[in-house]
Amino acid sequence: MLRGTPFHPRTAALCQAHNWRRWAGCIVAGSYELLHDREYFAIRTAAALIDVSPLYKYHVTGPDAELFLNRLIPRDVARCAVHQVLYTPWCDQAGKIIDDGTLSRLDTDAFRLTAAEPNLRWLQDVAAGLDVTIGDITEALAALALQGPASREILKRISDVPLDDLGFFRLTHARVAGIPATISRTGYTGDLGYELWVEAAQAVALWDGLVEAGAAYGLIPAGILALDVARIEAGLPLLDVDYIPANKALIEERKSSPFELDLGWTVKLDKGPFVGRQALAAENERGPEWQFQGLEIEWDSIERLYAEAGLPPGLPATAWRTSVPVYSGGEQVGYATSGCWSPILKQYIALAHLRSAWAAPGTRLEMEVTVEHRRKRAEARVVKKPFYDPPRKRAVETAP
Amino acid sequence: MKRRDYDAVIVGGGHNGLVNAAYLARAGLDVLVLERRPVLGGAAVTEEVYPGFQYCVCSYVVSLLRPEIIQDLELARHGLEILPLESTFTPLPNGDYLVRWADHDQTRRELYRHSPRDAEAYDEFGKLMLQLAMAVKPILGMAPPDPGSMRPGNLAKMARLGRHFRDLGSEKLAALVKLMTMSSADYLDEWFETEGLKATMAASGIIGTFLGPRSPGTAYVLLHHYMGEIDGAFRAWGFARGGTGAVSEAIASAARSLGAEIRTEASVERILNEGGRAVGVALESGEEIRARLVVSGLDPKRTFLGLLEPDELPSEFVDSIRHFRIRGSSGKVNLALAELPDFTALPGVGPHLRGAMSISPSVEYLERAYDDAKYGEFSRRPYMDIILPSMIDPSMAPPGKHVMSIFVQYAPYALNGGWDDERREAFGDTVIDTLCQYAPNVRDAIIHRQVVTPADMEETFGLTEGNIFHGELSLHQLFFLRPAPAWANYRTPLANLYQCGSGTHPGGGVCGAPGRLAAQQILKEHRP
Repeated sequence: MLRGTPFHPRTAALCQAHNWRRWAGCIVAGSYELLHDREYFAIRTAAALIDVSPLYKYHVTGPDAELFLNRLIPRDVARCAVHQVLYTPWCDQAGKIIDDGTLSRLDTDAFRLTAAEPNLRWLQDVAAGLDVTIGDITEALAALALQGPASREILKRISDVPLDDLGFFRLTHARVAGIPATISRTGYTGDLGYELWVEAAQAVALWDGLVEAGAAYGLIPAGILALDVARIEAGLPLLDVDYIPANKALIEERKSSPFELDLGWTVKLDKGPFVGRQALAAENERGPEWQFQGLEIEWDSIERLYAEAGLPPGLPATAWRTSVPVYSGGEQVGYATSGCWSPILKQYIALAHLRSAWAAPGTRLEMEVTVEHRRKRAEARVVKKPFYDPPRKRAVETAP
Repeated sequence: MKRRDYDAVIVGGGHNGLVNAAYLARAGLDVLVLERRPVLGGAAVTEEVYPGFQYCVCSYVVSLLRPEIIQDLELARHGLEILPLESTFTPLPNGDYLVRWADHDQTRRELYRHSPRDAEAYDEFGKLMLQLAMAVKPILGMAPPDPGSMRPGNLAKMARLGRHFRDLGSEKLAALVKLMTMSSADYLDEWFETEGLKATMAASGIIGTFLGPRSPGTAYVLLHHYMGEIDGAFRAWGFARGGTGAVSEAIASAARSLGAEIRTEASVERILNEGGRAVGVALESGEEIRARLVVSGLDPKRTFLGLLEPDELPSEFVDSIRHFRIRGSSGKVNLALAELPDFTALPGVGPHLRGAMSISPSVEYLERAYDDAKYGEFSRRPYMDIILPSMIDPSMAPPGKHVMSIFVQYAPYALNGGWDDERREAFGDTVIDTLCQYAPNVRDAIIHRQVVTPADMEETFGLTEGNIFHGELSLHQLFFLRPAPAWANYRTPLANLYQCGSGTHPGGGVCGAPGRLAAQQILKEHRP
């Protein structure tokens, strides 16, 4: 049997769709309602509760914790203040990404790292010889994302700490509905939002407290389908979908470096030694072969292709996660790995790996679409990510 | 009766002989298969030894039966159904257990219970083995070149092989060299810490060899295990509906439909040699059957030392066949059971009973089992690979009853004092005693017991020294060395005599590859 998360007693009762999905060996709701649309809009216009407990979580402590993490990740941990959170990938010796997640500095010598895949063995191997303790707290710690414009107001009602000045990618310790929790202003939606980290045994009580406080604000639970649309709009890559972890890839071509995944900004080549630095420095010199960019698929083009078949324009009802060829003229110059109709932008969007020569924003390309059993090419334009980036995501004052 | 000459006569109706016959018949050759026993299949047989209970007397799983053989010979149409055998359950002496399930998440969670590191290492190990298996597999599908020959065809093949290894890259080449030289236990120690996991994996490196998990060279055989994974979607590992005999039956049916003639209870006494050419065979009955060519599916010792006189072959060749390692190391115990085994570690009827059950609690356990055999005794606590055929195919036993197949290692052919009825039963008792430490109800559930010793395998199935692979699958006996240097291309020093059994490349297991590759070699030289 796959395990449920610590919130399962609540999520199971709410999941009308019985649309369960696997995530890291757990079952989580794909959507709670029969359609995921309302759950998506809760993220963008009110607030949504998303169970993100399946994330792998590691507790890193000890005098060498900072040294170890600086060796592990390409970002500069020395510049991470206590109660700051860093988004970061980490790489193998060849500079190819193994995983990505958030690193929270809980204290000078105490950190928490999240990951999409189990990484204990890799962390232990990188920590060889250092005075550091790495604990796998994946199952001990429940994680709940509260995302959406109303999330701050809801959380303020039941938290015992001020939240107005909690900045983007900062955390605080608090009691939420009387339960000791860590609140981080993070999330996978590209919106104003928080993630709450509590002992697994307290998960259900936290859920109940938030549901009660959020009722007046339109808070509803949202599943993975809604989250997937939000994260594509936010331009956030997903492991196993947008990239293959380097330690799982059967062939070299399947691996990606941070530069190739548009995460060059996380690579601090001058901070000191870290795993993959040499390879990344060399890649930085010559420039990456691939880039990971946004694509906007032209509405007129879609409409035309469908009209040729005598049909109204067809659009994906949920986000897709397959590899779709991208062309320039007759030549394939890349492939899209995630895509969806953005309900808020009213735009068909996709995340694509493009050969660098065709990756500049504004480049006109074509993406394959299948219309009535026939493969066609729709016109598309390279754009900068994120597709959707509301100011409230980073703002430190409550949006009006 | 009018006598006629055949194009090819195949000695031995084992699965490889039948595959060979089917391919030759398919190419238009007039083919005759001669089988000594009343049933076809050689060691791949299902027999109703006890009324109502179908035993896979010797071989019990279909390991890597080549998909191209199944397709070429239309074996599905001839009744072959391979059912999945998906898990491996290892009960442990401390009352716990370890299972590797078909589902990745489920296996990861189970391994995590024993060691979080191993749960992660398992995936990366699997990835590396798959990469290496992919690297080695083209070699297995190729008739081996002779590194000593300067013929252009051979040189081209050697060059292709060299390029292939160069293209592997240093990391994988290093791993491959390690696999070729290390013991399976040492190799696995570099990856894992859970004893039950290491031992169960190491066991696949010792099956059919007279080596222990700490003997160098056993690591390579681990890789054979992963070959089937390449055809993952195809699920080549499994249990044939109706038992292993059903595989032989399907191949025989295909061969017949392609025009091959098959005779049972026709024991070949010798190969007819006229002026350095094989021209047919003489049966024990005195009958002589003439053919343009003779193909032997028997093991190399029986073929070259049994069916021919030493002076008919070059003495160096006879010498290398004499030194071919073929020590039998395993036995079989087949049980008819009134009820399912109830494992103390995981009581009740569960999915673990539909897969393999492995008595391999630790590497030390296996090595100690080997120690007994090294000095001429069967293991006091043997390694056992168990399946319940009736859990996969209920028609193997009467409703509600079960059959159990227990592969047991080590049981040396050269037992101190030799095998007799008393030692056979003592061996059977040891197996039951060992099993009952983990599933105590088995003892009283036994309706019938069949014990097959290496001596029985030689006597009944014609396997020299009872070796299940027609020669140990150790590195010095693989590829261009199988069965003898310069004679790995299915040809023999006697013109028009070919070999197609497991003693040739790529070796044992119910895979059919030697039979097919031999047919390809023969057809290159003898187009109808």
